[in-house]
Amino acid sequence: MTRPLLEVNDLKKHFYLHSGPFGAGAATVYAVDGVSFNIDKGETLALVGESGCGKSTVGRCILRLFGITAGQVVLDGKRIDDLSAGALRPLRRRVQVVFQDPFSSLNPRMRVRDILAEPIRNFRLAKSGSDLEARVERLMDVVRLPRDAVKRWPHEFSGGQRQRIGIARALAAEPDLIVCDEAVSALDVSVKAQIVNLLHDLQQELGLAMLFISHDLAIVEHMTHRVAVMYLGKIVELAPKRPIFAAPKHPYTQALLSAVPVAEPGAARQRIILKGDVPSPINPPKGCRFHTRCPYAFDRCRTEEPPLRPTAAGHLAACHLHDLPAAQNPLASAA
Amino acid sequence: MPLLEVENLQTHFRTPDGVNRAVDGVSFHVEEGETLAVVGESGCGKSVTANSILRLIPEPPGKIAGSIRFRGIDLLQLSDKEMRRVRGNDISMIFQEPMTSLNPVLTVGRQLGETLRLHQRVSRREADDRAQEMLQLVGIPETKRRLDEYPHQLSGGMRQRVMIAIALSCRPKLLIADEPTTALDVTIQAQILDLMKDLKSKVGAAIILITHDLGIVAEVAERVMVMYAGRKVEEAPVAQLYRSPRHPYTQGLFGAVPKLGSSLSGQQTKLAEIPGVVPSLKQRIAGCVFASRCAMATDLCRQSAPALEIKAPGHFAACHYAPKEALAA
Repeated sequence: MTRPLLEVNDLKKHFYLHSGPFGAGAATVYAVDGVSFNIDKGETLALVGESGCGKSTVGRCILRLFGITAGQVVLDGKRIDDLSAGALRPLRRRVQVVFQDPFSSLNPRMRVRDILAEPIRNFRLAKSGSDLEARVERLMDVVRLPRDAVKRWPHEFSGGQRQRIGIARALAAEPDLIVCDEAVSALDVSVKAQIVNLLHDLQQELGLAMLFISHDLAIVEHMTHRVAVMYLGKIVELAPKRPIFAAPKHPYTQALLSAVPVAEPGAARQRIILKGDVPSPINPPKGCRFHTRCPYAFDRCRTEEPPLRPTAAGHLAACHLHDLPAAQNPLASAA
Repeated sequence: MPLLEVENLQTHFRTPDGVNRAVDGVSFHVEEGETLAVVGESGCGKSVTANSILRLIPEPPGKIAGSIRFRGIDLLQLSDKEMRRVRGNDISMIFQEPMTSLNPVLTVGRQLGETLRLHQRVSRREADDRAQEMLQLVGIPETKRRLDEYPHQLSGGMRQRVMIAIALSCRPKLLIADEPTTALDVTIQAQILDLMKDLKSKVGAAIILITHDLGIVAEVAERVMVMYAGRKVEEAPVAQLYRSPRHPYTQGLFGAVPKLGSSLSGQQTKLAEIPGVVPSLKQRIAGCVFASRCAMATDLCRQSAPALEIKAPGHFAACHYAPKEALAA
């Protein structure tokens, strides 16, 4: 078996809040608290969850936009979480990012040409000046923007076009992995479809691996190969797309899927409405982190944290219900 | 007589580089107790339409023309003082971002009580009692403690519940909800939508729901109006619209949204794209507003704007080529 492109082992990222004199009231935010997954070459893994679950933090840890608290990030067999900034630099080329907001992620004082040429120059990818120009033009073709638009400024473009520029900039470095952090969330419906299709095509043409961070489950289902569901800094379920959408093995995934409004008037379906809000990651609940909102929680859930383990081939879930006899397990019948 | 009747609404803004025709000749009505959804992408004029009804458009640079009749009275003819009596009392509004629409330096109780005391002339004690009742109604636990809390102490979902409580405190006849769940997470969104459905049957207010999410429309609305580039392009009962959308733009919108469960049917198709971008509203568009992006557009579309025509019972579309059902005379 070949080695996965990216391995994340027991990743933790804690933020420390210092408030008040002498650090009184100092607290720790357990933003990401023990997350493990792999991404193969050419594969898309989606990271889904609600705001504050730590999905963006995972993305930023992989990009090394900040240091991590514990765990390992391994790119192509090489640990990158403990590298110095200088040693990391050549590896940065291989992991690129597309951000959510195309208005704040492009430098307004750079022309499109310079935005795209910068990574090519930084990583010395072009053999000559004319090669550089050719690469910039090719990138414009790839993201389906007119070539003569390279002379224009970011503010002259619409949101969807800017996101295309953001994608072209990520591709300029010829990466193996692209982290898409809510890359289509800020776009309007009709434009969103254009960008989703573009990302999908690019992945197939270029064989890119993708970490697709999103809260939009319908888009995720359309885009991805595998899905990891996060809740309060942990992965609660990790599985290939079809089984997770057909028969989720964690009550949170089940509730999340049932909460999405469906564009079919009068559709009869059972909706699980979770009570309350997501607890604070400063003081996560003991035991299973979901037990305060879980409709099936029992005593064991309140004291013992369920590990993420296989419930079927390739289907991981962190839930005590799977230890119960099938007759008593409300998630077993769903399959 | 319908509860609200809007005729030929035109809300234009003067800008340094020309007049922006944000809403350009939109007519619709809302019946008593009905839920009308207004759907469209950003910039289509749906929020400006809502704000125009309550006259929340700053004039100048804005300018509202046409007529907005609420129970027979034209709101555009009222004085500012009379209009203040309508806002929050007969017609109230919920905004998208609950953090910016609540006052951060006043307690929840103060803000709820303010609406009641202004419109219903109740005593402070009575206002407190009513405020507690309202919080209970919107499903906030420990109402007594919550009254003394400030907005920042509440979660996003709780804040939106407070907004709804304020909006409903004077038992309005019409509630305008502008993207009420867009800023919320999907599990919280489900809670709020559930609450709105429940309250509608309890309070009996008509609702204008403004959203871009076709899923929410399907679950909440009875009638739908689709807007594009400041104009109404289609209107129909919700089931009818989803079964057979007539306008190419509406059809495009439906094709562009992936459906949950798409991987289970086995075949995954590409999403339908609507090519191009929304036209600028600063130039007058002679023909159909959608012509520049429409696959079926002909010279006729580029030259003359299609009128909103009846295509089936209760179903209107503004398209020269939308199929028409044989209507019984």
